Amino acid sequence: MAAIYSLYIINKSGGLIFYKDYGSAGRMDTNDSLRLASLWHSMHAISQQLSPVSGCSGIELLQADTFDLHCFQSLTGTKFFVVCEPGTLHMENLLKHIYELYTDYVLKNPFYEMEMPIRCELFDINLAQAVQKDRVALLGR
Amino acid sequence: MIGVGKIKPYTNVLDRPLSKGKQEVSLSAFAFLFSELVQYNQTQVDNIAELERRLEDAGYAVGARVLELLCHREKGNRRETRLLGILSFIHSTVWKVLFGKVADSLEKGTEHEDEYMISEKELLVNRFISIPKDMGAFNCGAFVAGIVKGVLDNAGFPAVVTAHFVPVDGQQRPRTTILIKFAEEVLQREARLG
Repeated sequence: MAAIYSLYIINKSGGLIFYKDYGSAGRMDTNDSLRLASLWHSMHAISQQLSPVSGCSGIELLQADTFDLHCFQSLTGTKFFVVCEPGTLHMENLLKHIYELYTDYVLKNPFYEMEMPIRCELFDINLAQAVQKDRVALLGR
Repeated sequence: MIGVGKIKPYTNVLDRPLSKGKQEVSLSAFAFLFSELVQYNQTQVDNIAELERRLEDAGYAVGARVLELLCHREKGNRRETRLLGILSFIHSTVWKVLFGKVADSLEKGTEHEDEYMISEKELLVNRFISIPKDMGAFNCGAFVAGIVKGVLDNAGFPAVVTAHFVPVDGQQRPRTTILIKFAEEVLQREARLG
């Protein structure tokens, strides 16, 4: 069973710039994924305002009956989030690692336009490796 | 991040011995600078061949300077005068100073007498670069080809140098081959020297 259902990256204005689904559960068509991305962007912003804690950086984890949603926001406002099986561990580390891949293979690529959808072969290859490694680690536990 | 730079302790420049030039620079810093170089040149051109030529020109200036520097630093102010000598100088000495390692391979072309190839599994300048599909066979290694051309030209071995992607069996990523085609006069001189 796939532990990770899907991965999203949204730019600082809430546009979906990367979407990938793993396995059959929680698969969405393009329109739904765009909608979810911008919805999450607004919810995240509202949560920052509503939080009783001062200096809150927004929702990091949303737990539902059928899935967990882990979110990581970089300092520049780009958000990375994964939808995964409830109770999946170490997603924060995976998200940080994906952020690292993003800074290396997307931001250092001269042919990438900022805030635009990500189409970088090297990013795809390395991301697939990272998720694969994560899956192997999960099976081992 | 992947590239890790060294931080030099500050000393007065006059107290410091003449540097051996072995310090490394941050790979990230280089990658961003190179990325900007490509992006800037992209705004100045309207076709890919022109972009390739501009990158090559940028590399040419580096090559010319690197030759001068390394002849002084490593060779005691002497430079290679023979074809194989200058090729192995590029393959090992120049590559080591620029990229921290010798090039993966140096081969003679099988079809033409005047062609030589330097191949790299993963060229440092291409480490973070994915070429979009609509750009076809464009390779940012054109910059490195320019460096090689700069070294060869200034050492008296005029040549045409180009960078190409070559697919490798069983590998997801192609390797980069720097193809060197020497001018006729170079081969004639070599033949005369015996």
